[in-house]
Amino acid sequence: MRPVLRFSLALLLFAGLAPFAVMGEGQWPTPPVEGKPPPQISGPLSGGTGDHTKYEALKQPFASGPEVTKACLSCHTETGKHFMKNIHWTWEYRNPDTGQLLGKKHLINNFCTNARGNEGMCAQCHAGYGWKDESFDFTNEDNIDCLVCHDTTGTYYKTPNSAGSPACSVMFEGKPPIDYNLVAENVGLPERANCGTCHFNGGGGDNVKHGDLSSALKNPPRELDVHMDAKGLNFACTACHITKSHVWAGSRYHVLSKDMEGTGKPGQRRDVATCESCHGTAPHPVDSLAAFKRNDHISSVACQTCHIPEFARGGVATITNWDWRTAGKLRNGEGYHEHGYTQGNGEERYTYKSIKGDFTYGENLVPLYRWFDGQMQYTTIDTKFNVAKPVAINDFTGSRENADSRIWPFKKMTTWLPADMGNGTLVYTHLWGEDDDSYWGNYDMGKAIAHGMKKFGLPYSGEFGFVETFSYWPITHMVSPKEDALSCQDCHAEQGRLQGVEGVYMPGRDHNRWLDLIGTIAVFGTLIVILGHALVRIVAPKGAKH
Amino acid sequence: MAIRRVRIFSLFERFWHWSQMLLIVILMFSGFGLHGFHHLLGFEQAVTLHTLAAFSLLLLWAFSIFWLFTTRNWRHFIPTVKGMWQVLRFYSFGIFQGEHHPYRKAYWRKHNPLQALAYLMLKIVLFPLIWISGLVYLFYFLWRDIPHATQVLDGVALIHTGAAFTIVVFVMIHVYMLTTGHSFKEHVMPMINGFDEVDLTPEEEAYLLKDQPEVLG
Repeated sequence: MRPVLRFSLALLLFAGLAPFAVMGEGQWPTPPVEGKPPPQISGPLSGGTGDHTKYEALKQPFASGPEVTKACLSCHTETGKHFMKNIHWTWEYRNPDTGQLLGKKHLINNFCTNARGNEGMCAQCHAGYGWKDESFDFTNEDNIDCLVCHDTTGTYYKTPNSAGSPACSVMFEGKPPIDYNLVAENVGLPERANCGTCHFNGGGGDNVKHGDLSSALKNPPRELDVHMDAKGLNFACTACHITKSHVWAGSRYHVLSKDMEGTGKPGQRRDVATCESCHGTAPHPVDSLAAFKRNDHISSVACQTCHIPEFARGGVATITNWDWRTAGKLRNGEGYHEHGYTQGNGEERYTYKSIKGDFTYGENLVPLYRWFDGQMQYTTIDTKFNVAKPVAINDFTGSRENADSRIWPFKKMTTWLPADMGNGTLVYTHLWGEDDDSYWGNYDMGKAIAHGMKKFGLPYSGEFGFVETFSYWPITHMVSPKEDALSCQDCHAEQGRLQGVEGVYMPGRDHNRWLDLIGTIAVFGTLIVILGHALVRIVAPKGAKH
Repeated sequence: MAIRRVRIFSLFERFWHWSQMLLIVILMFSGFGLHGFHHLLGFEQAVTLHTLAAFSLLLLWAFSIFWLFTTRNWRHFIPTVKGMWQVLRFYSFGIFQGEHHPYRKAYWRKHNPLQALAYLMLKIVLFPLIWISGLVYLFYFLWRDIPHATQVLDGVALIHTGAAFTIVVFVMIHVYMLTTGHSFKEHVMPMINGFDEVDLTPEEEAYLLKDQPEVLG
């Protein structure tokens, strides 16, 4: 490859993978510490019983991450076994109710399509070392990455597990070497920035995927999130996503949409991250009649519905529409990107990238509200569907009649996604690789799909196209202060927030048209009869008045 | 028989009537606000006002029912057809001819037959319809998990709103009727000072003079 082309490709990929690059430039995984920030609230594990700077095991010279892990596990003897059960390691989840095999290892999302086959890039967010293909050893405890979650120095970072297109590697070059001893001796409980390294950047950039998880939550004011408020409660993620043997509560694959158990006995509930597990099942202090009604509503309405009036707040936009159909446009034979959106915090966002297509951003968005029973039904690689119609990547169920359902807020994502038009399935697209088929670098969707499908022995008709897809993201973070919560008439009104929610009569929103018509006619009819009667009394001859 | 000015509405009855009026006005105003006919109150304020007024009215009714049955005043509301035709004929024709109202208040019959029937229907049909449906509506969240709860809620809302419209019609006619006598004031005064002209039998007159002289004006 000619040096000029190589350079421009490098530039392009740098741009395309900007979120990761940004992280690499000092925010990985925690922003630089200025002064000593107050410790975040992490739940009962806070405090600790040991000083890691005093452990001999951490004073040995380390040349790599796995060597540090080995040292960690030499004291934390059971942690490896515990950790290997959790989804950050397995990237796999079998839904006990639907039987579907889920997790990043298998799923197709309607953002960057699929991690499967692209682990060299995507598995930067795997809590392990070196997953670049099917040969990764999931049984080797030394492959666990302890530091990405437990680093408190802000000097630890990760790079892709494989080089990718020849142009890609340069963007990860030139970083200062990691001082593993410094990092290891300063481990602590995970803070928001640790989790945020990956979870704030899902979908390939800041807040792209969830809409309610963005870098704005690293150091949020009270208005953005009342629990994570850096100057107030200052909750770390694990304050709610409580942990038991390195397994976290709060799964998006298996949502508890209605928790009627509440707080449980002191110290006993370690299984849920619901609002009710702290706030109980009668969360509003009963100081008025309205508070009684609010407490009643918890059997129908999720806390999030009223208490997260808008998502993608705090100055960081989320992507709401993504169009892969326009990907692959080249200028002078090279990929490019376009700015087109300035978000609330002043940062520019790309609205087009040759490697990904067109994006539409949104901020301060009103969620979609629907009955939700916590059950998601995924369109997986082997699901057949009608390519002429939009397909839901994760359709959800729920209704007024279902006892587990409540009205929940969602971010709805719409994407034109590559698909196998002949077989009517989604596809694994080969985006990342050192070969000539990888889409990122070669821009041939047909080749990339054929490669991605063949790699896993999947049928591919050879005829690719694009289908309109939806995905639904329950909104649960960015909880507003109570004074910003929705008021009754936001929903109890015509054309209110819950206009699209079916199956329930809501005073203020719903009317029986016939009753209103008959009632109005009756009232005005009475008025006319009265006026007529009065008129006749006035004009009629009075006759024999005494 | 002698026409005497007699206190036919006791202090409690007058208190009952006017506080009931006030509460019904509040309930109609807040209720039709909740229904979406106006937006002069926020939904939360309207719910609070509506619920408070409803409970106050139920309390008032509890006292009034006790009063009606312990004072035998419930007998005023026993329906009768005697004299009904004359009253109906009066409102349909006679009133236009300048005739007098055919009904004379008696001590144990202070309402004319049409009035008595209308008030009785209000008490045993319309009011129960609205307060029972209202309580069921208010406590929806206690029964939301029974089968067909949404259909039941639809029906409850329908009954509650329908009864409300009917009460509006009743109030309109009720107020209009006050204008049909010699003067509006003459009709309203008994409910203010308690006194109206009543046809007393000699026995009633003698009894009242001896045992309850304060009742005679």
